[in-house]
Amino acid sequence: MANALVTIKGIENGLLIELDENEVWLTVTETLAQEIDAKESFFKNSPVTVNLGSRPVGKGDMKGLIALLERRTLTLWAVVSSSNTSINSAHELDIKTNESNQLPFSDLLNPAHKADTKPNPLNALSKGLIIRRTLRSGQRVDIKGHVVIIGDVNPGAEVIATGDVVIWGKLRGTVHAGADGDTNVMICALEMSPIQLRIADYIVTSPKGIHQTEPEIAMIRDNQIIVESWR
Amino acid sequence: MTATVFTITSGKGGVGKTTTTANLGVALARSNKRVVVIDADIGLRNLDGIMGLENRVVYDIVDIVEGRCQLRQAMIKHKHFPDLYLIPAAQTRDKNAVSPSDMIKICDALRPNHDYVLIDSPAGIERGYRNAVAPADDVLIVTNPEYSAVKDADRIIGLLDAENKGPGRLIINRIRPEMVKSGDMLSPEDIYDILGIKIIGIVPEDHLVLTASNKGIPVTLNENSRAGVAFRNIARRLMGEEVPFMKLEGSNGFFQRLLGLFGS
Repeated sequence: MANALVTIKGIENGLLIELDENEVWLTVTETLAQEIDAKESFFKNSPVTVNLGSRPVGKGDMKGLIALLERRTLTLWAVVSSSNTSINSAHELDIKTNESNQLPFSDLLNPAHKADTKPNPLNALSKGLIIRRTLRSGQRVDIKGHVVIIGDVNPGAEVIATGDVVIWGKLRGTVHAGADGDTNVMICALEMSPIQLRIADYIVTSPKGIHQTEPEIAMIRDNQIIVESWR
Repeated sequence: MTATVFTITSGKGGVGKTTTTANLGVALARSNKRVVVIDADIGLRNLDGIMGLENRVVYDIVDIVEGRCQLRQAMIKHKHFPDLYLIPAAQTRDKNAVSPSDMIKICDALRPNHDYVLIDSPAGIERGYRNAVAPADDVLIVTNPEYSAVKDADRIIGLLDAENKGPGRLIINRIRPEMVKSGDMLSPEDIYDILGIKIIGIVPEDHLVLTASNKGIPVTLNENSRAGVAFRNIARRLMGEEVPFMKLEGSNGFFQRLLGLFGS
């Protein structure tokens, strides 16, 4: 993730926010606010689960966190923590916790359950195509294998590949990687502003108006397409 | 002497193709060029009205194609410019009444005696568009500073490319500098960033354009119109002149920087 203090993931049931457990609380919450503000409409109206790790968070700070999220149209739905202080603060504020055994997705927090995401070595040998031009509106590339595009993918253009899609340019159209259902593929672009991204059977849209200018990579993690800095 | 054929197209409708065609035709004729403008929008004839020649239409392009008249008979001479002619579209037929090869034949017949042929394309990317583009030596793509118009222009550029007609040159019509400045409108830079083709003109929004179209006197004949000046500048660039992009109010030198980047 771009910021190690705060990670935000989409999960089956809203968002999972993991907060660093050692840094000063104020710094952590400020970073969280910035992260959300940067991608506001992406996250709108999502129920949020926050993983506080071992940090003890008092009732006052917990209230502050709830208010911070509410100002951004997010609802704190559950808290995960190994600290009793944090769990108690959450209970007093009527927030679900990992102790209440009501979290349908708490297994996501357990690395042992994570899907095997090791790349298939055969993929490295599979076919690929390099396209050295900009794909314009109405143009469509549909191939078995990987695609590298040296150029932009404009709004209205479509790239569909059974493997990875790498765009050495601006992605503003639609890309579908792993079109045959392969979830171990990725989409990367120097500028990721797609109308829609699809990997296997997963779809995300990107909010308009956010102009991300650093290279980013999209892949499936925890049953959700996530986009993060490509480096 | 052989004419250059320019097709004015856009993909999206309502961005100002017909207005642009009429104004460029008049501006070129004012520079003593021999010009023919052709309305290829069969079934939705409008160029005649904007040029003030609606009441003079007798024969149209379909009459030429179907042999009911000579090419010369369908060419309407402009009221003020004796070397400016209009070939009107048929209003009661559709796009299929003319084929791309008919258009090529008509233009080839016009080439020896004229300097410029301007073809006003219909909106869309179907038969009418293909008719209009078939004879083109160069294509002028009109867009507005609006996402959907830019996306359609992009589609056109892709189609032109596939037919080896591209990439064409871009006219950004109806720009409002104050809205660009406040970030509420795509800037020419934003549009260039997506389309990546040469910009040959930037025309500011101007209420005089509407008045002029309704009166049938293209706005470029109005010395007080900023849009008129912009159209005259485009015509000069088509003739190979180096013309700086005009300074638009509140644009803080932006259009000057564009000149350095993409001047014709």
